[in-house]
Amino acid sequence: MSELEIQASATGAGRSPGGTPGRVGRLRVGRLRLTVVELAAVLVTLLLLTAAVAPRLLAPGDPLAIDPLAAFGAPSWTHWFGTDESGRDIYTRVIDGARDSLLIGLTATAIGLALGVVLGTIAGTLGAAVDFTVNRFLEVLFAFPGLLLALLFILVFGPGPGSAIVAVGLSTAPGYARIIRAQLLRVRSAAFVEAATVQGLGRRRILTRHILPNTLAPLLVLGTLGVGQAIVWAAALSYLGLGAQPPAAEWGAMLSAGRTYITSSWWMSFFPGLFIVLTAVCATTLGRAIEKRMRHA
Amino acid sequence: MTPPSTDLNSTDQDRLNPAVPALRVRKLRVAFGDPDTRPAVDGVSFEVAAGECLAIVGESGSGKSVTARSLLGLAGAGARVSADDLTLAGESVLGLSESAWRRRRGRDVGLVLQDALASLDPLRPIVREIGDSLRLHTRQNGRERTIRVLEILESVGLPDAHLYAGRRSGELSGGQRQRALIAAALALDPPLLVADEPTTALDVTVQAQVLRLLEQVRDRGTAIVLISHDLAVVSRIADRIAVMHDGRIVETGPAEQVLQNPRHAETRRMLAAVPVDKPRGSRLAPADSAAAGPAAIVVRDRTPTDVHPAVPALEATGLVKTFAGPHGARHRAVQDVSFRLDRGSTLGIVGESGSGKTTAARLVLALTAPDAGEVRLLGKPWSALPEAERRTRRPLIGAVYQDVLASFDPRLSVREILGHAITGPGTGAEPGETRRAGRARQATRTLVLLDEVGLVAGILDQRPTDLSGGQRQRVGIARALASRPQILICDEPVSALDVSVQAQVLDLLDEVQREHDLSVLFISHDLGVIQHVSDRVAVMHEGRIVESGPADQVFAAPQNAYTQALLGAVPRLS
Repeated sequence: MSELEIQASATGAGRSPGGTPGRVGRLRVGRLRLTVVELAAVLVTLLLLTAAVAPRLLAPGDPLAIDPLAAFGAPSWTHWFGTDESGRDIYTRVIDGARDSLLIGLTATAIGLALGVVLGTIAGTLGAAVDFTVNRFLEVLFAFPGLLLALLFILVFGPGPGSAIVAVGLSTAPGYARIIRAQLLRVRSAAFVEAATVQGLGRRRILTRHILPNTLAPLLVLGTLGVGQAIVWAAALSYLGLGAQPPAAEWGAMLSAGRTYITSSWWMSFFPGLFIVLTAVCATTLGRAIEKRMRHA
Repeated sequence: MTPPSTDLNSTDQDRLNPAVPALRVRKLRVAFGDPDTRPAVDGVSFEVAAGECLAIVGESGSGKSVTARSLLGLAGAGARVSADDLTLAGESVLGLSESAWRRRRGRDVGLVLQDALASLDPLRPIVREIGDSLRLHTRQNGRERTIRVLEILESVGLPDAHLYAGRRSGELSGGQRQRALIAAALALDPPLLVADEPTTALDVTVQAQVLRLLEQVRDRGTAIVLISHDLAVVSRIADRIAVMHDGRIVETGPAEQVLQNPRHAETRRMLAAVPVDKPRGSRLAPADSAAAGPAAIVVRDRTPTDVHPAVPALEATGLVKTFAGPHGARHRAVQDVSFRLDRGSTLGIVGESGSGKTTAARLVLALTAPDAGEVRLLGKPWSALPEAERRTRRPLIGAVYQDVLASFDPRLSVREILGHAITGPGTGAEPGETRRAGRARQATRTLVLLDEVGLVAGILDQRPTDLSGGQRQRVGIARALASRPQILICDEPVSALDVSVQAQVLDLLDEVQREHDLSVLFISHDLGVIQHVSDRVAVMHEGRIVESGPADQVFAAPQNAYTQALLGAVPRLS
């Protein structure tokens, strides 16, 4: 990941040679041309991934180690992000929480996408009656706000990180299903599919070679955008005490724990919150960047 | 400001005075982007007198549209316009501010664009669209404006103007829309009218009407700058012609002189590429042009080499196809259509938009099933077969489409597109062939196909979006040939192309037809193209074939009234 070589042709003067005005702040990274914001998003994402894969590399301490004497410590040189009510180092916990939060975001999105693909494909391929039924079902799901749907699910299956993941995945699925269905219908009637029919390709060949790849390619972007949303939702559930349970170092749970002390110890909720926002922003920025490039390709 | 004269026929002395040109352009330069790149318009000079029509012709990218737009201060954001002189209606308009331009547009110069549907607001009745310029430039009240709009509409040949005035652009036919657009440009009776490809999207009979209207406008004393890629259209009304190429005017002069005695190579090339009245089998593009095929054979052997002369390649009998229209109405796209395509020959189906020719093509390609009637392929059932059985015979038919880009999977490179076409069923894969041998055979065949359509191997890894229109259509033809078909269905294969590229593609189609002894069903709205490529012709009108026969006969002595009207409307080089 870190072998991304940055050719330092930064456009400090705000005008690259031969570039059109208004394209300020473009950088070249290998063969990619990134904006400064996109580059920052890439770097932060790499940092977050490192934290998720090898948290001890960035924060060697134990996220659960209690030190009552240092409780409620403000950010300092020894505790960069301060300490919580039991004296646990918030920096260590935030770094350690990256794994759970990212995992929740990715898994929930994967569940949402998978359900969406199945529902959307069923609606788009199995005829008008099935399409009608699936659509009405999706409309019922749409009628509930996503978070409410997730709450409903947790109410039935009990709180916990697993339920939170499935709940968030479930509540994002209808949106994906709609998009996939629309894309499927569009691609299916495209001229190139007709051209493949004329060439004598069988229905299955056309489906696997032309329709599915062209339907699913835009999903990559949607998924990236979805990860940010899923993390925020999962954090919201944890905040409500319905996801990961304290003392687990999960951002939403930490945010929730800090709520009681928000007037006296702002850092307890600020830093987990900051990382939630950072992750969501990074995922969204990268999603948009990929989308932009796919459209131009 | 005084309201403009309500009488379009008034012959204002000043405006007919040739000493004062309506428009004078000296060394116009328009550049975009980098200062180092070549300007889009590079030192163009011309004059147009009142009551005169100057035609600026050129292919796409020649700078003709940018020139036209600069005359209205509409060259676009980022355009750098400079000129030694740019005089409009006696006033210099160089370096005008946007608000100053806004005062002049409509009053001093009117603009007519190609796409009337896109140029008119779909949500407003045309009476208000046309009345806009009156509202902005005169003090007339609503009633006066409406009266004036009705007058203008009548003067552009919409006789029952009050019936049309309240309609929106979507409720008008193509011809009516184009007339409304011209009416909007003429509302303030400007001394200069700029028309950018005003007839390109229109059917040939409507095109003839619009050209006649422009002719009348010119004869009333309005100066016209007509932008077109089509020399035949231009020859009808232009007094003078300027030929643009690469941002410069390479030749200019009186219309007859340019058309009869073209001096510049570009003009000659454009003239040669016009297919009207060119004999069957003669080449349209010079043989030495970059992508032309090997030999230039002048006259084609007209007798089709046929193994079973009795069995036609394709035979359609009594085809009927009805679509459900709005409000439960039934739209009969194709009614009782029968034709036969003899082996090795070309059948041209010609008709205007809505005539049912594309539906006929889809029926032949078995993309849609006929309500009645049958298509037989090489003497055997075709349209009556279930798709599963038909599939094995589909490689017998190759198809070339108008919108060739849309017919390619956007994710695939040229190599993959051709590769997929080659590995399809019936393309010579041996039963016991190893994967490696299959790949090698596929690679060789891809190169052979590319060579056949005059493309180089260098484009194999490009995507169709990166190719030019002509290259794309060549890839499209290569794909159609990949399955070694006996029949080629071409649905408007050259309609989206520049005339010189069109010429190359038509030449190429002719070559591959001879090379592979193909039977070709060629569908087009363009009578010139149809006449050039066809052995036999079928004329379609409102879902029926109104006339058919040998091409020479139909074009020389049309029997049907509609065919006669259609042929009469074809613009020819005079």
